[in-house]
Amino acid sequence: MVTRDDALFRYALRLGDDSLVLGQRLGEWCGKAPALEIDLALANLGLDLIGQATFLLGYAGEVEGKGRDADRLAFHRDVMDFSNCLLVEQPNGDFARTIARQFLFSAWRALLFGDLAASADPTLAAVAKKAVKETAYHLRFSGEWMARLGDGTPESRERLIDGLDWCWRFVDELFEADEVSEALAAARIAPAPAELRARFDATVDAVLAEAGVERPAPRRAVVGGRAGRHSEHLGHLLAEMQFLPRAYPEARW
Amino acid sequence: MVSRVATLDRAERIRDVLAGVPDPEIPAVSVLDLGIVRDIDPEGRRVAITPTYSGCPATAAIAAAIVAALAEAGLGDVRLVTRLDPPWTTDWITPEGRAKLLAYGIAPPPASSRLTEAAPACPRCGSTATREVSRFGSTPCKALWRCLDCAEPFDRFKCH
Repeated sequence: MVTRDDALFRYALRLGDDSLVLGQRLGEWCGKAPALEIDLALANLGLDLIGQATFLLGYAGEVEGKGRDADRLAFHRDVMDFSNCLLVEQPNGDFARTIARQFLFSAWRALLFGDLAASADPTLAAVAKKAVKETAYHLRFSGEWMARLGDGTPESRERLIDGLDWCWRFVDELFEADEVSEALAAARIAPAPAELRARFDATVDAVLAEAGVERPAPRRAVVGGRAGRHSEHLGHLLAEMQFLPRAYPEARW
Repeated sequence: MVSRVATLDRAERIRDVLAGVPDPEIPAVSVLDLGIVRDIDPEGRRVAITPTYSGCPATAAIAAAIVAALAEAGLGDVRLVTRLDPPWTTDWITPEGRAKLLAYGIAPPPASSRLTEAAPACPRCGSTATREVSRFGSTPCKALWRCLDCAEPFDRFKCH
């Protein structure tokens, strides 16, 4: 039986890891996006996510009570200690795949933060109330691009369909329950993940209809991120992200 | 009575100091104008600030600037705390702050965050024929707009 504090630590950690890893992925677009406005937008989204990660990982460290702060948790853990969902660690691919990933993630996150704003845990509620406003921007940005790509040229449409198809097998993991989510749902700290599914499907269907794209066929879900079983991609991402603080642990700005 | 006057003075002094601490990204406005300072306790011992956006890179610089300015004014024993809830909103930007933003060339957010869709007036020529170029601009709090009459691009403080 997992204790309340242990569940809270692991939950804050996984949400923080989601934000951190996706924030780092979006940072990879910086200087390479198809247009200056998109470059700025993706970097801004990444900044929001890294800001959220700072709050969430900082809180995780506080709950854990072993003296680890947000930086310690971000830069001094290895792959199997990360508990982000597999969707966020997927490589950027082309712009359409990045947009599909962002849209699916933001659609889920907007609902999650909306519910967490009423959490029985005041710190999670405070972080969520702040983040839900930013996430609404992310959802609007990515949703508009979904429609633009799906309803654009034959090539943009094909790329969007490919990108969505690549991401789709990682969607079910977002709604998976485990001992952590069950303990927190019982304590009214977090919603049961499955509770968000119907609303998520409605958001996705509405945007796909606008984009004129079919919802991908159901397929076997790839899961394991919450338990530290990751794709090969995460290690490469961490190697780049963690290099400096690991090589120069005493480095200061 | 003497001590009461002294503590009132302290809170007032803190307010004066903070009114002179500029936002690092938009130096035309102070941290008070932007509503970043949430609370100065009546004893003048504690200041609560709130970040604008979760990922605003200026947050740490703002905290450092406040600590330095207070120390400079002989108020180095004031404790600075961060408060996330209620979350910052552009509704907290003061009327003076809005006027300063406009004079600086940044279209201020509408008076209420519920009026998000209205096109802002161009801060240079005042025309309301303006168009959004990008919802994401040079900082997390700004969007990029263009005036269709005078053709100048300008920043708009995003409604949040």
